[in-house]
Amino acid sequence: MDNILSMYLYPAAIIAAKSVFLITTLLITIAFLLLADRKIWAAVQMRRGPNVVGAFGLLQSFADLLKFVLKEVIIPSKADKAVFLLAPFVTTVFAISAWAVIPFDAGIVLADINIGVLYILAISSLGVYGIIMGGWASNSKYPFLGALRSAAQMVSYEVSIGFVIITVILLSGSLNLTDIVNAQSGDYGILNWYFIPLFPMFVVFFISALAETNRPPFDLPEAESELVAGFMVEYSSTPYLMFMLGEYVSIVLMCAFATILFLGGWHAPLPILDFIPGFVWFVIKVCFMFFMFAMVKAMVPRYRYDQLMRLGWKVFLPLSLVMVAVTATFVVFFK
Amino acid sequence: MNPIILDYLPILIFIGVAIVVSAALMGSSFILAKSNPDNEKLSTYECGFEPFENARVKFDIRFYLVAILFIIFDLEVAFLFPWAITLGKIGVFGYISMMIFLAVLTVGFVYEWKKGALEWD
Amino acid sequence: MIVVSLLFYLFSFIMIASAFMVILSRNPVHSVLFLILCFFNSAGIFLILGAEFLAFILVIVYVGAVAVLFLFVVMMLDVEFKSISSTVISYLPIGLTIGVIVLAELMLVLFTWKRDYSVTDNLSITTDKQYSNTEIIGLVLYTDNILFFQLAGLILLASMIGAIVLTVNHRPSAKRQDINKQVERDAESSIKNIDMKPGSGI
Repeated sequence: MDNILSMYLYPAAIIAAKSVFLITTLLITIAFLLLADRKIWAAVQMRRGPNVVGAFGLLQSFADLLKFVLKEVIIPSKADKAVFLLAPFVTTVFAISAWAVIPFDAGIVLADINIGVLYILAISSLGVYGIIMGGWASNSKYPFLGALRSAAQMVSYEVSIGFVIITVILLSGSLNLTDIVNAQSGDYGILNWYFIPLFPMFVVFFISALAETNRPPFDLPEAESELVAGFMVEYSSTPYLMFMLGEYVSIVLMCAFATILFLGGWHAPLPILDFIPGFVWFVIKVCFMFFMFAMVKAMVPRYRYDQLMRLGWKVFLPLSLVMVAVTATFVVFFK
Repeated sequence: MNPIILDYLPILIFIGVAIVVSAALMGSSFILAKSNPDNEKLSTYECGFEPFENARVKFDIRFYLVAILFIIFDLEVAFLFPWAITLGKIGVFGYISMMIFLAVLTVGFVYEWKKGALEWD
Repeated sequence: MIVVSLLFYLFSFIMIASAFMVILSRNPVHSVLFLILCFFNSAGIFLILGAEFLAFILVIVYVGAVAVLFLFVVMMLDVEFKSISSTVISYLPIGLTIGVIVLAELMLVLFTWKRDYSVTDNLSITTDKQYSNTEIIGLVLYTDNILFFQLAGLILLASMIGAIVLTVNHRPSAKRQDINKQVERDAESSIKNIDMKPGSGI
């Protein structure tokens, strides 16, 4: 009995404690990033944004949370209740579970698995289920149409994300996220990062990530001018909060993923700056990516659906396919 | 002792914690908030009037085409993963083998393009 | 070790239970959702066997792509859920026949199956710890098994063409955007100066 305790129970308890810490930190970070998103949006439009709750509105997200929790949960009488409630739940759970393999610094990772890239790709391909289930279970027209659009949009852009990831793997030669980051270290700092040789792919990845997470300018599923609020029309209170939360968790996940694939993870941009801990660099880079996401939201008008499909299938897919061939040729013959 | 599944145990525990946290967050409203439903409140949203018909309507076949094409390209990506990490070891032969595979699928892609399967009207 | 066997029984139990729910649930969308649960648990069993690459490809391809298509199909079917149970009786004979045939085949496989050790002994790559199993697949799939690999490519091509032939039918009336035409347009070709006299039309 003692043997089993020391072999399984204690390590499991430690991992569980780490998991709780990671998820709590993540959710608190998201609360502030959400505020940052609104503040940046406001600044671009010369507004002030939320500024009442707490100093500079810092506690706004927590006030919103309280409000969501205290609102009445409305489940439409014609809805499929189990699936209706399952949809926001799985959205958040899937979005959070992808964080288990993200390395924040050398050795600081919950599960250092061989094929971390595939894990993240698999989890992000599940994001579509929350939306389809929510749209179908609502048994209402706008959510149904929004869900269909969203599903087609997400799968279209997932193809290009897959090809982009292949180009990175061709250069790094590993599916392990820590190895991918370490393949970008070296004496030249920022010049070693993959966004320089693979710059077109970095751009394709960034735009596809916008489409994958239903961010503006690709927020067609919830295009409020046509579909009211898309698949979320019938949701209220915490189920709605879960959709929002899942969306933001996967946005930040995409930022972290881009940082690992293209921006050298926790490595400093200049070798002189190595004394600053890697974790700080990682957070700075993720925040930079999030800033880009927020700026795109503030500046770019929404796409039309046929334009969106054209961009995904006729521009990004051929471009990334050609880049896979070009990168492979480089790796085989010149490296 | 099989090491691979043990690498994944932390993920399993992490997902378990994520489920508990999400359930707590989602359940809080069911416990804390007042529930006071009535017929109108629970009716389907449709810009102020009663819905004319069931919401589960037939939709454009184009959505299937997108889903099928996605499966095909997803499989293609799946084939690329082991190739990408072993390219240094399988050398020029492996490279040519994959280029033929990609060329065959490019033929399909060109056909798709010419047929207008990628048009959205 | 006990944890591994516990996980195996957990995964297999959920897998079999959800497989039953696939055929028992009245709502086809619920069936597909249970099918997805079933896929997840088979991915877990692949992980226990050490086949991590296959486990994640199963999730990416089957859950991430194939099941989405299933959901689309089932959601569009627009079936009246009540009418299914009334038609069950008429399909019973043919269903039973097929069921018995499949069961007989399974039994045949089960009782005549023998493991052929010569296959695993002659593998060119040993499954030692030097390579991860993704690499082992990569080392043999594209070179030693090139024929099967290219055949897979041809099957994908055939399915792509088949899907397009079956589904593409364009409405000739649809107005499409031609980006090149829009970009090529300039002031000279689109603006014409006309000297208008008062009181007369063009």
